[in-house]
Amino acid sequence: MKPDGVVSSDLLRLDVEAETARITGWIRNTVFHTLRRKGAVIGVSGGIDSSVVAFLCARALGTDRIQLLFMPEADSSPQSLQLGRMVADALNAKSALEDISPILAGAGCYQRRDDSIRLVVPEYGLGHKCKIVLPGLLDAGRYAIFSVVVQSPDGKMSKVRLTPDAYLGIVAATNFKQRTRKMMEYYYADLLQYAVAGTPNLLEYDQGFFVKNGDGAADFKPIAHLYKSQVYQLAAYLGVPEDILRRPPTTDTYTLEQSQEEFYFALPYEQMDLCLYGKDHGISALDLAQAYGMTEDLVERAYHMIESKRKVTKYLHAQSMTID
Amino acid sequence: MLQTIRRFVIDNYLFGEEGQLGDEDSFMETGIIDSTGILELVRFLETTYGIKVTDEELIPDNLDSVSKIVSFILAKQSDSQQTPHDCSSRLPEETRP
Repeated sequence: MKPDGVVSSDLLRLDVEAETARITGWIRNTVFHTLRRKGAVIGVSGGIDSSVVAFLCARALGTDRIQLLFMPEADSSPQSLQLGRMVADALNAKSALEDISPILAGAGCYQRRDDSIRLVVPEYGLGHKCKIVLPGLLDAGRYAIFSVVVQSPDGKMSKVRLTPDAYLGIVAATNFKQRTRKMMEYYYADLLQYAVAGTPNLLEYDQGFFVKNGDGAADFKPIAHLYKSQVYQLAAYLGVPEDILRRPPTTDTYTLEQSQEEFYFALPYEQMDLCLYGKDHGISALDLAQAYGMTEDLVERAYHMIESKRKVTKYLHAQSMTID
Repeated sequence: MLQTIRRFVIDNYLFGEEGQLGDEDSFMETGIIDSTGILELVRFLETTYGIKVTDEELIPDNLDSVSKIVSFILAKQSDSQQTPHDCSSRLPEETRP
């Protein structure tokens, strides 16, 4: 905040050159000296976060000391693999394609998910597509209750509120995806004596937007201190391909396109970033709202949601409990 | 009704430990119930009292304390008795406060 109490319009501006130097120094020291590993494995999704981590690791460790992995599955957008390959091409890094669909099918991921959806949409089956969504933060102060959106083979869309059994069943089944990817990353890490890089940004890390022992697991997390909009600044500086910069953030987890906003954050990431910053730096809802063209009510709701998600997801951050 | 709802909250969200739960205590402020918990609560209310909770009714004014839930259920039951499409006979396990 500025001394006169007016909130700066540039709160999240990063000195990208200095930050890149700081992060790459930290990665080098962490991987080689703290963890004593010979390089880094990075699961590349085609999204902005994993792309930036790949670029940072390449700078820090050398391109020959990173292993990129593409791990699509039956529900992945084909664009994700295309964008992931752009990262490998831009860096001239070694990469491997691991289709995890057979593992997921073997674990019953798709079957269990579809069975859970059928608890609320009995006709759901072959040719149907789905995603789960939250109401927006401006939705009349309602609780954040998930609904499933289903598209039938003839293109008809329907939205049904989930029961607890259906919601938990869908989430538990789809979490196989993140956990299977992490299992594959550690296979390569063991094979190469590398460390596994985690790719959450601050918004995801702070708000618990990850699967425990799935994408939440890693040996080091080099951008977990950066707001999402700062990750974009770094991406532009590092030369991440333009197509990746332009792609809206997606979960790429369900058969229908699903934004992170409708699945978890309930606000666009630019606004979530500002609200997270404002809350953690003691900026009043009114001051933040006035500086960034939001309403005070929206910011207050966001502040409340941030606190609420922190409480609910505290367990995701917890290590295994042991007796002293 | 109040005791039934209170028991449900204590058994499901306080692991049977009654503690100091007041009937007016806000579930959100005390952090007792998260969004999954609201789904469980709604299912309990719908099956126990034979009502249908709409999306628009999923607000703290209706569900954020034991007392608010009781008021909400009573209002729903009263409404349904005054409409021709009465659904209160579906699952009349408990209809009195």
